Amino acid sequence: MSTPIIQFDKVNKWYGNNFHVLRDIDLHIAQGERIVVCGPSGSGKSTLIRCINRLEEHQQGHLTVDGVELNDDVKAIDDLRKKVGMVFQQFNLFPHLTVLENLTLSPMWVGKLPKKEAEERAMEQLRRVRIAEQAQKYPLQLSGGQQQRVAIARALCLTPKIMLFDEPTSALDPEMIKEVLDVMIEMADQGITMVCVTHEMGFAKAVADRVIFMDEGQIVEQNNPHDFFSKPQSERSRDFLSKILGH
Amino acid sequence: MSTFNAIAARPAPSTSSGALAWCRANLFHDWKTTLGTVLIGLVLLGVLPRLLHWALIDAVWSGNYETCQAASGACWAVVQEKFRFILFGRYPHAEHWRALVCTVMLLGLILASCTRAFWRPWLALLWLVVLAAYFALMHGGFAGLRLVETDLWSGLPLTILLASLSMVMAFPIAVFIALGRRSGMPAIRSLCTVYVELIRGVPLISVLFMASFMFPLLMPQGFNIDVLVRVLAGITLFAAAYMAEVIRGGLQAIPKGQLEAAATLGLSYWQMQRKIVLPQALAMVVPGLMNNFISTFKDTSLVAIVSLYELTGAMGMAMNSDANWRPFRIEGYLFIAVIYFVFCYSMSRYSQWIEAQVNKSKQR
Repeated sequence: MSTPIIQFDKVNKWYGNNFHVLRDIDLHIAQGERIVVCGPSGSGKSTLIRCINRLEEHQQGHLTVDGVELNDDVKAIDDLRKKVGMVFQQFNLFPHLTVLENLTLSPMWVGKLPKKEAEERAMEQLRRVRIAEQAQKYPLQLSGGQQQRVAIARALCLTPKIMLFDEPTSALDPEMIKEVLDVMIEMADQGITMVCVTHEMGFAKAVADRVIFMDEGQIVEQNNPHDFFSKPQSERSRDFLSKILGH
Repeated sequence: MSTFNAIAARPAPSTSSGALAWCRANLFHDWKTTLGTVLIGLVLLGVLPRLLHWALIDAVWSGNYETCQAASGACWAVVQEKFRFILFGRYPHAEHWRALVCTVMLLGLILASCTRAFWRPWLALLWLVVLAAYFALMHGGFAGLRLVETDLWSGLPLTILLASLSMVMAFPIAVFIALGRRSGMPAIRSLCTVYVELIRGVPLISVLFMASFMFPLLMPQGFNIDVLVRVLAGITLFAAAYMAEVIRGGLQAIPKGQLEAAATLGLSYWQMQRKIVLPQALAMVVPGLMNNFISTFKDTSLVAIVSLYELTGAMGMAMNSDANWRPFRIEGYLFIAVIYFVFCYSMSRYSQWIEAQVNKSKQR
């Protein structure tokens, strides 16, 4: 097996002095793998994926992403972030820029692309998320589902190797969840490594290669979606699944 | 079981318009507004006639101080008599045209800077050119122009120079101080905090006083910086401290998610500040910044403490230097009050326009 693109080795993290948010995380993710991370709130799943692009710093253990060990080397982090796209629960689009400007910002300023090229790339991504006609609008003029698709397109403009999704549908109305998930499912076919924190179990069944279940800062269970949903191994995952699937 | 009780239907909103309807709606809506209207009306009845008599009917519009002293009303003739002294102060009388040209030039530059068509990189160059022309023409000493030392520069051209230059210079300083106070580096953070607290802790008068009188004592013999430059530096540093706090308020209002999104897109610290944080933060604090600009504009009148006579100082001097006209300083003060108001109100209106511009992205 080739070396994993993301590799957690005994990673520990504390918030403050006593809140132990990640406990001895060991996790290897292969290139092109699609991972769904789930678990009750406060279980550390968001923290886990935020460590991958170092929005959070781990304090113990080793975390290697695309061959680079994450530490205080700021230059390495800057390089890493060009390869890792991220989509947030609250979209975090830049409200003072148009949709198109949101997308071209990083390619122009970080990737040093000429404006015309950046705009072409941006329009291509907007077509991909089926929102090209909104390019000249401002984010707040769009619906939540549209904003999240713009956010996905913005992350894709970096042509990342890895995409991180931090509860991308949790802030959306039910009828908008599908349009975002459809875009994510399409993306899953294209060989990009995806790590998604989500409670959308339908999505997990449809695209995930592996489901990771976390509780109290630990990876309690990991399995392929079929087995995870049909015969969860631990008490806690059974309890969790009964809660989110039971209604 | 409760029964359903419909609320009695309210009358449809009145569709009538016109002066009478307006008065009913705004002045005599109920007994409280009626009482207020009547009370204010009575006060106005008592004050307005006397004010009108003083300001208009019994006023002297032209003539000499004797006509004025004989009249019971305002002496507007004083403005006619002294306006050149008020506007240009100690600047040599024969050279007033130079001060006028400089004032118009500077005002033109400021007006141009306020319009969208001029928001281009070459605007900075234009500022340099106009300021150089201003200093050259005011100072003279070449091409047959009489040399006028900076301590004779006064009146409106000085007010506008001090205000505009100190604001333009204070703004970038304030941005860096505000960013510095939120820096992750403790040394920079404490330096900026100390600066703000020190400057805010003292009155502008004492800053000007130190800039003017104490600074030369600390300098080696024979080394001197022009008093105008020292005063400009004083006002700039003073305004920057206040402005920095206003801007910091805006910085604090930027959601953390914006910074995280910018970071995940690979933007560097300065790119993040320039492209994401500052545009949003500054847009939020336009009213506060304009507040600052307006108060800086009026604070320039304090430079009289160090013997520079801008508009207020020149007015005082014009009145005090002439015993015959001295009784009519109220009219003089009203005259410059109108000038100050025109400037400050324009700034206020401009700030509203800017707010509308920066809020375009929030319209649906």
